[in-house]
Amino acid sequence: MYEDGEKGLIVTDERLMMGLNGDEAVAYAIKQVEPDVVAAYPITPQTIIVERFSEYVANGLVKTDFVSVESEHSALSSCIGAEAAGARAFTATAANGLALMWEMTFIASSLRLPIVMAVANRALSGPINIHNDHSDAMGARDSGWIQIWCENSQEVYDACIEAWRIGEHTNVQLPVMINLDGFTLSHTMENVFTLPDDVVKNFVRDRRFIKVKGHLGESELRLDPGTPITMGPFDLQDFYFEHKLQQVEAMRRALEAIPEVDAEYEALSGRGYRLIHPYMVDDAELVIVGLGSTMGTASYVVEKLREKGVKAGLVKIRVFRPFPKDELVKTLRSIPVVGVLDRAISFGAPNGPLCEEVKTAFYEEKDRPLIANFIHGLGGRDTSPSMIEGMFHRLMKIKSRGRVDQLIEYVGVRE
Amino acid sequence: MTVKNLRYYREKFVRHLPTRFCPGCGNGVILNAFVRALDDLSIPQERVLCVSGIGCSAWIPNPYFSGDSLHTTHGRALAFATGAKVYNRNLKTVVFTGDGDGAGIGGNHLIHAARRNVEITTILVNNMNYGMTGGQTAPTTLYGGLTTTTPYGNPENPFNLTSLVASAGATYVARWSTYHVIELTKSIKEALQNEGFSFIEVLSQCPTQQRRMFGLSGTSSEAPQRILEMFLESTYIRGQPLKNNYLYAIPKKTPEAVFKSVETKLSGFHPKLKIVDHMAFGRIIKINTERVEEVKRSLKDLDDVEKVADPLEGKIELGVFVKCERPEFVKTLHNIIERVGENRYGV
Ligand SMILES: Cc1ncc(C[n+]2csc(CCOP(=O)(O)OP(=O)(O)O)c2C)c(N)n1
Ligand code: SF4
Ligand SMILES: [Mg+2]
Repeated sequence: MYEDGEKGLIVTDERLMMGLNGDEAVAYAIKQVEPDVVAAYPITPQTIIVERFSEYVANGLVKTDFVSVESEHSALSSCIGAEAAGARAFTATAANGLALMWEMTFIASSLRLPIVMAVANRALSGPINIHNDHSDAMGARDSGWIQIWCENSQEVYDACIEAWRIGEHTNVQLPVMINLDGFTLSHTMENVFTLPDDVVKNFVRDRRFIKVKGHLGESELRLDPGTPITMGPFDLQDFYFEHKLQQVEAMRRALEAIPEVDAEYEALSGRGYRLIHPYMVDDAELVIVGLGSTMGTASYVVEKLREKGVKAGLVKIRVFRPFPKDELVKTLRSIPVVGVLDRAISFGAPNGPLCEEVKTAFYEEKDRPLIANFIHGLGGRDTSPSMIEGMFHRLMKIKSRGRVDQLIEYVGVRE
Repeated sequence: MTVKNLRYYREKFVRHLPTRFCPGCGNGVILNAFVRALDDLSIPQERVLCVSGIGCSAWIPNPYFSGDSLHTTHGRALAFATGAKVYNRNLKTVVFTGDGDGAGIGGNHLIHAARRNVEITTILVNNMNYGMTGGQTAPTTLYGGLTTTTPYGNPENPFNLTSLVASAGATYVARWSTYHVIELTKSIKEALQNEGFSFIEVLSQCPTQQRRMFGLSGTSSEAPQRILEMFLESTYIRGQPLKNNYLYAIPKKTPEAVFKSVETKLSGFHPKLKIVDHMAFGRIIKINTERVEEVKRSLKDLDDVEKVADPLEGKIELGVFVKCERPEFVKTLHNIIERVGENRYGV
């Protein structure tokens, strides 16, 4: 369907369907957005993003300044410099690249620079591994970035367009990280419905700035010699704390801004995104909660189990930061048993990072499910449908026993 | 250098074969030169620690070398190695690094290790790209070079690594290529005996990525040999007498298209013509002749020829560039510690 009229509704125009893997979906979306600066350093499985994008630059298809920097630390630093100067900047990385950026992730968010970064999630070394898990992004969990998690290439493409409007929302002004599972998404070709260039351009429009009080009066939050401001100075016991609370407030407001942007994007594309995506939960008794591409496999398992009469369901968390606590509680409050899937370990913690958040969300609630935690798929180990089915069977047992005996179950590990 | 059966070196020094390197990769040549150097010097592998970062070249010692090896993170091998050396100064500590690893992301560690003159032998495998991640531009990619991130030519200039490391303070600095195996092995031996920071840059063939970079359009199986011959063609050795009996004609189109007209034009001189690969100019015509100046003049008015290059033009210098003495870091550090200790507990 393609309507060129007033509403400009473009849902499923065959002409706009492309075969793209996750990395290419990122590169294509970013080409359409055409940020002013892209700075990146290669790392598997993100590399295709940078290569495709540099082809676009070399072929004159975008006017973006592309810098092949000498490390990820420099990549994010360049983006910070560019955004501070008022530009739009994009980068992409994975695993140790993100770890090397760690110092800069905090600078970007505290300077309130809405940089967009794609992370092709990969296991952090060591031991050295190039395959998927979520240890990289979870390591940056507390850095003040909005985190969007994708299940397939379509979601990746859409997130790479929406991210600019979310991060640059004048109530937000925070950097945005788009997570796509390394190899599973980054290297797997899928059909992706794209939008025409002009539609994307109109949607992302120009970057919006907030006004701040500079030492010479009111000014936009960017380095402009006409209205100079001092960015990134010393900030001690007197104001540091207040500034941190402003970031807290920005994250809270992002919970309102994201659905606003989603609604606008849905009107345009026909694809409606939410903070969380429940599937078959209304009458469900056993629900799995998780992030990323595994949720695609999980939905297949849910359908199979439904055929067998098992009341299974799932909740995919699309926005992990800010954490959509209220939606989650509302959705899961009356479910008897919930299993949270973590693809990362917080060593020494009672649960995986996602499970801890889910449990915290329910702590003050009278009605709450029994919550189990499955840690799976580290270092790219496959999480098969039968493993997920096994998790549902565990949830069934927990339901009949009425309690969770084991805080964490590691799924698919050798004895 | 005594040459022994290859099997001898394999059994003595190599844990696992075949390697995971692409067929024809230069990394195997470098591993070979390294273990021969150890063997020639009778350094037992129990006295060797190999440290490497991330990249194809980082795999030379780990997992293949049968002594101790530590595989670390991208660019940081020298920092790890410095720590190990400071604690256990009796070890021969050898770092294997790539051009991206050692000169890009880890460039800072490289200049500081050289400045400290810490006794570590560093072998930097320069294949002029990030081989492992798919052939992106590196800080060593030649100006104009084609890589996956510079599909129409690299806009940046490469480092001259030996000059960089020499001026940072290294006490042994050399550059060889994987064509120059004998010289390389000798150089590794000198480096292992140097009491200070030693740096050997090795121009190495990466047939998987360099076919694009150097426009080697033939089959992939002939690429390794062509690259090796190109290393010979595009380099000269410091201090060795230079031949001056040849020139290069750089064609406007393909060399095949121009070959005939050059041949006809120069028929009076009876030169030997050959199409060769050159790192600076691509595929060009090499003209062997004793009458260099006349040939040069005669090619001037040939339309198909872009320019005529002298033997040394665009060539990379190989050889040993620095061999000197300066106080070594770990030794000095321990001297200071001992001195302070004497003052404190002595008297
Ligand atoms: C912090 C970090 N960034 C990026 C990477 C991805 N990466 C792995 S190897 C490599 C480049 C290696 O190039 P080089 O050092 O020249 O070694 P080569 O493979 O060419 O021998 C890169 C960028 C990484 N492992 N860690
Ligand atoms: S990519 Fe290049 S450097 Fe790496 S193993 Fe293959 S040939 Fe060697
Ligand atoms: Mg390299």
